[in-house]
Amino acid sequence: MTTATIAAHEAPENRTRVVAVQPVTQGRAIVSEWIKFSTLRSTWITLILSMVGTIGIGALASWGTNSRWSHMGPVEIAQFSAVSRSLFGVNLAQLAVGVLGVLIISGEYATGMIRATLSAVPKRLPVLWAKLTVFSSVMFVSSLIAAVIAFFLGQALLSSHGVGLGSPHAIRAIVGVALYLTVIGVLAMGIGFAVRSTAGGISAVFGLILVVPALGNALPSSWQPHVLPYLPSNAGSALFTLHGDPGSLGPWTGFLVMCIWAAAAVAAGGLLLMRRDA
Amino acid sequence: MKHMIQAQGLSKRYGEKLAVDGLTFTVQPGKVTGFLGPNGAGKSTTMRMIMGLDAPSAGSVTVNGKPYAEHARPLAEVGALLEAKAIHTSRSAYNHLRALAATHGISQHRVSEVVEMVGLRDVARKRAGGFSLGMGQRLGIASALLGDPATVILDEPVNGLDPEGVRWVRDLLRSWAAEGRTVFLSSHLMSEMAVTADHVIVVGQGRLIANMPIQELIGSASVDRVRVRTPDAARLREVLARPDVTVSSSQADVLDVHGMPVEQIGQLALDNAILLYELTPQLASLEEAYMDMTRDAVEYHASTPARDRSAA
Repeated sequence: MTTATIAAHEAPENRTRVVAVQPVTQGRAIVSEWIKFSTLRSTWITLILSMVGTIGIGALASWGTNSRWSHMGPVEIAQFSAVSRSLFGVNLAQLAVGVLGVLIISGEYATGMIRATLSAVPKRLPVLWAKLTVFSSVMFVSSLIAAVIAFFLGQALLSSHGVGLGSPHAIRAIVGVALYLTVIGVLAMGIGFAVRSTAGGISAVFGLILVVPALGNALPSSWQPHVLPYLPSNAGSALFTLHGDPGSLGPWTGFLVMCIWAAAAVAAGGLLLMRRDA
Repeated sequence: MKHMIQAQGLSKRYGEKLAVDGLTFTVQPGKVTGFLGPNGAGKSTTMRMIMGLDAPSAGSVTVNGKPYAEHARPLAEVGALLEAKAIHTSRSAYNHLRALAATHGISQHRVSEVVEMVGLRDVARKRAGGFSLGMGQRLGIASALLGDPATVILDEPVNGLDPEGVRWVRDLLRSWAAEGRTVFLSSHLMSEMAVTADHVIVVGQGRLIANMPIQELIGSASVDRVRVRTPDAARLREVLARPDVTVSSSQADVLDVHGMPVEQIGQLALDNAILLYELTPQLASLEEAYMDMTRDAVEYHASTPARDRSAA
């Protein structure tokens, strides 16, 4: 009996490992998050929805403008940018991207998956970086593809009114749309990590990119120039808006301001991820 | 001495409520340790703290010498089944396991192996949201097995399993312990615990009530029940009648006597010339021993606030 007990106690030290197990690394966490991302049908549906939004609405807006061209007044024509019009769909696409950014983490909390995730990667922060890497890469590539398609569709529909890669800032606007949607996604994911619930997260994202700018218009007009251009969606859209309001930020300044918003959301999400019980 | 779970003054407070209150215990390798206690006694919270999911309010808990989160290969140290369906409902079981395996560079081969092992091969490609409770448990056990861990923690593992599944889990746990792994499980099913566990840790209202070999726990329970078989049951019943003695009967010639020592029953039978075929002191079941113990815990706790006040 004594011998048996001792043998049993010593066994774990000598137990030969038949299963090869490597240490957890940031790279392995990224592979894991990619598997998670790519094996949910809802991910792909939302992603395709955002691309259809960019392409479809852009084409629709371009077609509508073309058929209406002869009725447009001189002021309207002066403010018209064929490039912006063909990329108009970004306004719809950002909603799908915002939802996806929240869902990527809130879905784990809703289903209990988060406990499996954090048991496998108990240091936690690598999970956030991995999700960020996977999601922002996918967002950038898919948005860029959608923006390029939307641009060329728009060009076909508006060719007589000045769209072409050579037209001023066309490249910046196309890449800008992809960057804008990517950062909206990152912002949404940061909020998702902080809020944890799907409904709460989506409300917060939509509130920040849609409702707050609208409410901002109710501010005293002397305040508006100091507030409105710095809201994330207003600041970021400077990147692809070619005839912006006089008060809006420059394209790269605007983008930087938007990135600061996203970084703040990710920092808050990361801090809460480390602090709270799962 | 390295492969074990060690809790030291482990406490968890949720607002006003102290869910886990200064637990100190060690779970040793090479045996199955049962974790018993009424609902809300703090068992699940304790297990979540072991896994680093909840942070202790005070005290500490280590697995194999370190806090769980500090291990380089956590899944090789501890495999845990905490709640059934800690899984995204829209993902297939196979992809779920593949994602977990990827964090530790565990091969696809091993993923297929554990799927096979828990008997989920036929449904592994289907959405896990459609799984029954029992299938969810099997998937949870599969994910606990992925990293071939030295320590296994299971919260209510047989919950929702059919009798064949219950037996399968029992054999699995016994074989892990025999291989020298540390096996720590909670269960409400006393009969199941009695045949699976070697050692039990009993908690009540967050506090440690008992930590002893299961045989000792059963032996400690005070059941003075004696089974008597006699052809003259009616007369013996009269002879034994006392205010504090209860006699019940399940068969015509069998009496169950409570409240009288076996020696006295024998003597009374002899004095009255009653023939006995059998005179057997009965052992408590684990359930009785457990009820005995947790009842004391409730009484003990009813008096604690007063003690806390006097200390303050």
